[in-house]
Amino acid sequence: MAAPLTLLLIVAVTIRAVLFRSSWAELISERVEVVSPLNAWKRVVEGLALLDLGVSPYSGDVFHETPFMIYLFHFVVDYAEIVFMVTDGITAVALYLSIQTYNKNVFRKQKYALESDRYPADCLELLRSPKEMFYIPLKVAMFYLLNPFTILSCVAKSTCGLNNAIIALFILCTLKGSALLSGILLALATYQSIYPLTLFAPALLFFLQRLYIPVNLRRSSFWFFTLQYAFIYVGSLVVITGLSFFLLGSWDFIPSVYGFIFSVPDLTPNIGLFWYFFAEMFEHFRLFFICVFQINVFFYTIPLSIKLKEHPVFLIFMQIAIISIFKSYPTVGDVALYMAFLPAWSHLYRFLRNIFLVSCVLLACSALFPVLWHLWIYAGSANSNFYYAITLLFNFGQVKSLNLISHFT
Amino acid sequence: MGLLSDPNRRKALTGLLTRLNTPICIVCYLAGIVWFMGLAFEPFTLRTYMSENAMGSTMVEERFSSGERALSLAKEFDAHKRQARGMPVEWLVKAMQSRGLEVFTQSFSRKLPFPDENKERYMVRGTNVYGILRAPRAPRTEALVITAPCSPGNTNNQAVALLLALAQYFRNQIYWAKDIIFLVNEHDLIGTQAWLEGYHHTNITGMEYSPLQGRAGSIQAALSLELSSDVITSLDLVLEGLNGQLPNLDLANLFYAFCQKLGVLCTIQGKLQRNDWDTAEGYTHAAQTMMLMVLKQACGRSWGDHGLFLRYHIEAASVRGINSFRHYKTDATTIGRLLEGMVRKLNNLLERLHQSYFFYLLPSLSRFVSIGYYMPAFGLLAVILLLRVSFPGLCHCFSVSLQPSSPGVLTVLTPVVISHLTGVALYLLPVHLQEMAVEHFPVSETEAVVLTAIAIYTAGLALPHNTQRLLSGEGTEQGWKVLKLTALLYLAVLLGCTALINFSLGFILAVTLVPITASITPHMPKALYAVVMVLLSPAFTILYCVFIYQELIEAPVSVSEGWMLFLSVISQGILDHALYGSLVYPLLALFIYPCWLMFWNILFWN
Repeated sequence: MAAPLTLLLIVAVTIRAVLFRSSWAELISERVEVVSPLNAWKRVVEGLALLDLGVSPYSGDVFHETPFMIYLFHFVVDYAEIVFMVTDGITAVALYLSIQTYNKNVFRKQKYALESDRYPADCLELLRSPKEMFYIPLKVAMFYLLNPFTILSCVAKSTCGLNNAIIALFILCTLKGSALLSGILLALATYQSIYPLTLFAPALLFFLQRLYIPVNLRRSSFWFFTLQYAFIYVGSLVVITGLSFFLLGSWDFIPSVYGFIFSVPDLTPNIGLFWYFFAEMFEHFRLFFICVFQINVFFYTIPLSIKLKEHPVFLIFMQIAIISIFKSYPTVGDVALYMAFLPAWSHLYRFLRNIFLVSCVLLACSALFPVLWHLWIYAGSANSNFYYAITLLFNFGQVKSLNLISHFT
Repeated sequence: MGLLSDPNRRKALTGLLTRLNTPICIVCYLAGIVWFMGLAFEPFTLRTYMSENAMGSTMVEERFSSGERALSLAKEFDAHKRQARGMPVEWLVKAMQSRGLEVFTQSFSRKLPFPDENKERYMVRGTNVYGILRAPRAPRTEALVITAPCSPGNTNNQAVALLLALAQYFRNQIYWAKDIIFLVNEHDLIGTQAWLEGYHHTNITGMEYSPLQGRAGSIQAALSLELSSDVITSLDLVLEGLNGQLPNLDLANLFYAFCQKLGVLCTIQGKLQRNDWDTAEGYTHAAQTMMLMVLKQACGRSWGDHGLFLRYHIEAASVRGINSFRHYKTDATTIGRLLEGMVRKLNNLLERLHQSYFFYLLPSLSRFVSIGYYMPAFGLLAVILLLRVSFPGLCHCFSVSLQPSSPGVLTVLTPVVISHLTGVALYLLPVHLQEMAVEHFPVSETEAVVLTAIAIYTAGLALPHNTQRLLSGEGTEQGWKVLKLTALLYLAVLLGCTALINFSLGFILAVTLVPITASITPHMPKALYAVVMVLLSPAFTILYCVFIYQELIEAPVSVSEGWMLFLSVISQGILDHALYGSLVYPLLALFIYPCWLMFWNILFWN
């Protein structure tokens, strides 16, 4: 399968290279759907300039990236385009390998279940053959690389691509069974933007399933492993945060990055739900609603983990989807990451009754975003309500599609 | 979504949609057309009213009286224009300076992509002259613009002269709260574009211009004046701007209110308002006025010098003086008073005009149709596409095509890619290949561009798209259904987005494209359907619009003249896109034409 994957990578790199060289690159890097105050390239350049001047890059409330990111770009800023293309490639290859491993696991479990006659007769048509599953990893990589959202995100040089790469590598390490690497990568992903914290639960459930440790709160083996994994995770997080402190010599990055993500001070419109609410809200209630909105992101972990504890990989997918819908500054790059997983469950599509309607809604909304932005900002004939209506409809479509997909289990 | 998840109700609904699909589609189409035509019927329209408070309450006496002086200035300007064989820059600068304005000039140049045969220009070089009247006692944060074009020949001399006379009168008043800029632009729209780009420090159309030395703050509103005779019988208001953008309705209301006050006959689309709405002639008259506005808005070009201001969020309108055969004539002093009144009202504005409608249709100057009333006409046409999409056979195809084993998505990809490549060719090649065409054929550059465009359009028809035969066996039943589904969705989203930005363009395209695309299958009689499809394709739509437009302005043309007009419309469209950034040509070439080609492909599927 190396040849089709290489071909796919070449095609993807060509498309991105062509777009980088055209006049569209500047236009795309200013679109609010593609970049947010957290991951815009303009702000990275600003932070690097401040760093070169010897001033803390977090002064002036422009730069909201983590210190690792500044130092990475400090060295590779001249090759930024190549870095982003390579990142997309890494994400695609990581997703490819993880879905390959996942398929192997599923197929093996299916074989054992079939041998022990655990399937009722009418389920036989749902059984998957290796032939069917052969092309799925390639399809997943294709869905990620050739997704217009990913291409837009890469051409805009939004650091969302780097975050996606770290999450994809985390998924790969989890599926390969390496708890240490998985913990370290999860810590790195959490360090970048806090929301991957919720992926701790599905990763833990996966390892417990893999090591045949039953999820029973009274068993000591369960607590032993949980504590081990939590120790790796929290330990890496502490080490990474400490290293960041030593990199820049101050704790400035904590309020600038994490304070910014949690308290949502910047209300630039984006495809998320926060900006309009907080633009209309009175100061008095702001803290309350911040708490409500942020709890909303983290809250679904508990019921979903209880319900989906037999299917940790599906739970990872659901968590990533929930994060990218409800986070404070979502962009289309976040949406592209979870959309890439859809081919992994393609044999269950016949059970999606309303998926056609929902995907039409999502397509129409994606087309309407730039139109209504133009009408609001340039023509002056519309106002923020029009744009927020499309944002709401887009998020509603995403939630509805998640709802439909959750019927898979 | 109980309706959709309950299997029994779902089956009933699906059954209903299947049985009655075609009748419902036909009813929706007819309802859409009837609704649209009914918009001109007076009881369905609303009377216009002034929405902006700041412009409503103060009606003061206008005292402008230098009409005669303006007319003698016009003769002087004409003489100097002939002498300078273009814009008499020094005379204008001196005239404005002697009236106490701060005068500046701006030179600009632009090389058109190919020669413009209507206005006979290719390499355009010119100068804009503008004078700023500083408000005596106000901070200089806002401005108003009054502009008159400097046109070759006998046109618009009186406009420039009236501008100067107004400047002199305004200079003596103390009530100005905003700076007033008096702009005389050369080469009409190109000059205006250069001035606006210089003023706002942008460069969106590749124009070369010298930077503006003097500036006056953010422009709140602009008026463009076109006056070519000493006496007029009526004043025409022109509202349609670039890409079908319209100024705020309050500007039209302002104009109408002052015409009523001063007793000037005012027209829109050159047609006078009638009072007999309950007769057939009255209704036809209103319908004709509205259709003219729709056609003018749909073609996306700016019908007066004001049209380019709208892009910068400056409400602007053009006032054109018309001298025709009527008894009652209006002199320059009255026009001056009208402009004085309008500018004084605009002076009172506290914020930009935003209270009234931005999207409207005007069957006459005192009645309007707002977006809430005209959008359902388009909605009914778009619903036909959605009904066809949800036609259960097609819907089932979608879910089947998602199965990993069927070749559905890949067979659809080839026609889509080829159609879009043809569209890109239609967009890029006519202008780029003009030198090669001129070398090999005995045509001028403009003709070469237009004929190349038509040639590529026709070549797209002859392209056999059935390369999917090479990919996966016969063109399957499955294949054309998936392609039709994709194409219908694409058309629906495209027409929706177009109608939001430019309703008239979206509606006209919907009227011609929806019937054929909704009912197309490869099993129809191919010859008949091919002819119908070609007759309803975007190019023929433009041709019909040309003929209808000529009929409506009461200057009907013969077929050959109509064909020449059609060719000039295409060349103007390409030029407008290159010079001012009009979006009609790229939309038609890059999106509508490929979409139509996809349906053409379905017709010839096997």
